[in-house]
Amino acid sequence: MIVAELKEIREIRNLIDRYAKILVVGCDSCVAECAAGGHRETMLLAAALKLSYKNDNLNPVITEACLDRQCVDDFIEGIAHQVPEHDAILSLGCGAGVQALARVYADKPILPALNTLFIGETEMRGIWQENCLGCGQCKLGHFGAVCPVTRCSKKLMNGPCGGSKGGKCEVNPEIRCGWDMIVRRLDALGELDRLSEYVPPVDWSTSHSGGPRLIVREDQKP
Amino acid sequence: MKTESRLEKVLASGQFAVTAECGPPKGSDANVLHEKGKHLLNRVDAVNVTDNQTAIVRMSSVAASTILKGLGHEPILQMVTRDRNRIALQSDLFGAYALGIRNVLCLTGDHHSFGNQKQAVGVFDLDSIQLLRTVRDMRDDGKIIGGEDIQVPPKMFIGAAENPFADPVSWRVVRLAKKVAAGADFIQTQCIFNVDRFAEFMKQAHDMGLTEKVYVLAGITPLKGVAMAKYMANKVAGMEIPDELINRMAGVPKEKQADEGIKIAVETIQMVREIPGVAGIHLMAIEWEHKVPEILEAAGLDKRPAI
Repeated sequence: MIVAELKEIREIRNLIDRYAKILVVGCDSCVAECAAGGHRETMLLAAALKLSYKNDNLNPVITEACLDRQCVDDFIEGIAHQVPEHDAILSLGCGAGVQALARVYADKPILPALNTLFIGETEMRGIWQENCLGCGQCKLGHFGAVCPVTRCSKKLMNGPCGGSKGGKCEVNPEIRCGWDMIVRRLDALGELDRLSEYVPPVDWSTSHSGGPRLIVREDQKP
Repeated sequence: MKTESRLEKVLASGQFAVTAECGPPKGSDANVLHEKGKHLLNRVDAVNVTDNQTAIVRMSSVAASTILKGLGHEPILQMVTRDRNRIALQSDLFGAYALGIRNVLCLTGDHHSFGNQKQAVGVFDLDSIQLLRTVRDMRDDGKIIGGEDIQVPPKMFIGAAENPFADPVSWRVVRLAKKVAAGADFIQTQCIFNVDRFAEFMKQAHDMGLTEKVYVLAGITPLKGVAMAKYMANKVAGMEIPDELINRMAGVPKEKQADEGIKIAVETIQMVREIPGVAGIHLMAIEWEHKVPEILEAAGLDKRPAI
């Protein structure tokens, strides 16, 4: 899923202060799972904004709504009846959600309430871990299902650097060394031999380095 | 000989080699290289020129290597993959060779979060092993990545670093083997303070036949004082300094600690010389280049072979 975090109220206020009527729109998918932009967080943000404006003796219209998915047109249309009566939309979707709303509601300002961070998993309640960079050529089969592109701070393909110590990364002791995880896991699976071969330079053309990516599938078109 | 490198000639002749390190200045002052370099001139076989080490912005290693070569040194150009993609790295290799540089040390580099440009993009297009292979393919096959031919390929004597003290321990010699297979002609190790662990690493390398294929230069760093020992033990990535060494430094008065550090360095040189497969030392006297002559003299290594 996509993992995001709420921006500071001050920063959100800077984006929306110029509007009198604001529609605050959550997304009940990925960003709900990471407790940043779901139904509950949308209510909390709307309440926090109302309080913040009240403290400044301001009283803009703040309306809440929440879509099941902000990145799919069929769902985005769910707020079509509310959009015309507002000056701007504050989105609690990920970056994709914000941009999808902007494409559908082309004449409305759409502002982000979240900082979108990464593709990751919920390791446990309150802990989300980045584990995919969407490089476009999944290499997990060679590395014991631990991604060196994502989990190694230097994207190393041929083994741990000299900064791996006690299973931790040189960048920060809070970061587990991805290569330590790869070596341990393949060792436990009896497949360490996978690592002795030279891995040639990565073809980054399928990643964002090749430009914004687009998939066109004729079999899926209406 | 694979190259015109002086270092290769010294190592191939079987003589114990000495390399040292010269960090380029934080600015454009070529005199700094002249000043630092004069302590090393004719006292070492080659000088490593660091590439924005610890991710601090400094004069480029290609420029500094060229200046040092002009002053009579044999530079080892350090190249990290942190800051340049494969286009820039290969381009700089062409340029470095055209400028007369004959040795290169292929590194990934410390992460930029250590340096003074923490907001930078970390490039890491290649890793150090892929860079090794790239430099070797340029030299031996005359080709760049992707297979296009080079007119006048750079023929570099190729080095790599290895840290016998990093984790996972079982992996360190495997990684050394990968570096040798990718093209490393010589290895310069991380600073050695734990000689026993280094000896174990060398034994594993020897048992795998690696010391027949690659020259290993043992990394030596003199400690200036107990504060530096503690700093390096705690803050420098991949460094291991046993407590007994820190205690030994702490056990002498402050004004004698520098001498004690040099004494430890000389003892370490003497111990690593006895380890089979050690072809030389790499002396990293960080911002202490003027102490290099004294250390080499004490270690009996001040006379360099004439090539």
